[in-house]
Amino acid sequence: MSDLGPVRPSLAELALTFNHISLASFGGGLSAWSREVVVVEKKWMSDEEFLSVLTMSRILPGANQVNVAIFIGSRFLGLPGAVAAIFGLTFLPAVLILLLGAAYFHYSHLPALQNALKGAAAGAVALTLSMAYKTGRKCLRGAVPWILFAATFFLNGILRWPLLGVLALTAPLALAWAWPKSK
Amino acid sequence: MGVAEIEMKDEGLNLIHVLILFSSLSLLSIGGGNTVIPEMHRKAVESYAWMNGKQFADLFAISQAAPGPSVLLVTLIGYKAAGIAGAVIATIAMILPAGVLAYLASSFWTKSANSPIRTAIEHGFAPLTVGLVLASGWVMSKAADHDWRAGLLTAACTVLCTATKTNPILVVGGAALIGWLGWL
Repeated sequence: MSDLGPVRPSLAELALTFNHISLASFGGGLSAWSREVVVVEKKWMSDEEFLSVLTMSRILPGANQVNVAIFIGSRFLGLPGAVAAIFGLTFLPAVLILLLGAAYFHYSHLPALQNALKGAAAGAVALTLSMAYKTGRKCLRGAVPWILFAATFFLNGILRWPLLGVLALTAPLALAWAWPKSK
Repeated sequence: MGVAEIEMKDEGLNLIHVLILFSSLSLLSIGGGNTVIPEMHRKAVESYAWMNGKQFADLFAISQAAPGPSVLLVTLIGYKAAGIAGAVIATIAMILPAGVLAYLASSFWTKSANSPIRTAIEHGFAPLTVGLVLASGWVMSKAADHDWRAGLLTAACTVLCTATKTNPILVVGGAALIGWLGWL
């Protein structure tokens, strides 16, 4: 990816962008939405950098998507950038979820909404699967990455190993494989 | 309203419990907010009796499907425990401690551009992350208790997202509409 936009976003743009990502993620699939906006639409970083931010955000404590917002916000504008990104990501959705929660406790169930959310969840799964396909097509070239990918999916997705157990096994291999060769 | 009075009196105490619970869970949520949900359940339902198990499960479902990070489940728990103030305190308590750590890590990350460790992480972690993303799609579809109709909808949407340039908001919105019409 050489067509990365050199433009550094403003604080307002960071907040608005993460607000947009967050509100779009109806039914889940927030990682896929982040990639869709940050990599594809805004071209703020390459797929490779985005994927590594995603994995580090998963390793660190805290909500994955909040960590992604912190990484991307602070990459451009330091601490204020991180705060703006978190604010954009959480403020309106928190207000929205409070309204939903209040409605839930008032009426005790939300049938039509639950049906809509079930449909949206199917769409969000599709978005996540297509993100795996689109990013995999770029970075899975050669036998080693394929083995690393398949082992991670199998251990985490099928055997349901916890993330840290999976990465304790696969991350050292991945780093050894990708370490720059000394000239 | 005697019941309301008792609830009012409890709110101050609940607020403190909300603050302690979520600020301690924040740094324990290694691997994402969902890893501490069993502990949230234990405290919110069993220890503090803020809600029953069915309500917790429903709030969880709302937080998963509503827009925004699923960690906003804590906003709902805080709200049930201590009203709007509880919601605000819970959200900040859950985000702040881990957020500070992530910020420190990201400053290191920004500084280490072009270093071997960063090159190795960027290049080497990409295949792992694709595996994790596929795994989360897989687990999400199983957790949603998909029957064949939802499975078919997922498959159709996946093809639409990968093979065409359809705006994802149309895909998810269309899928939500299909659910809302009761076709799932």
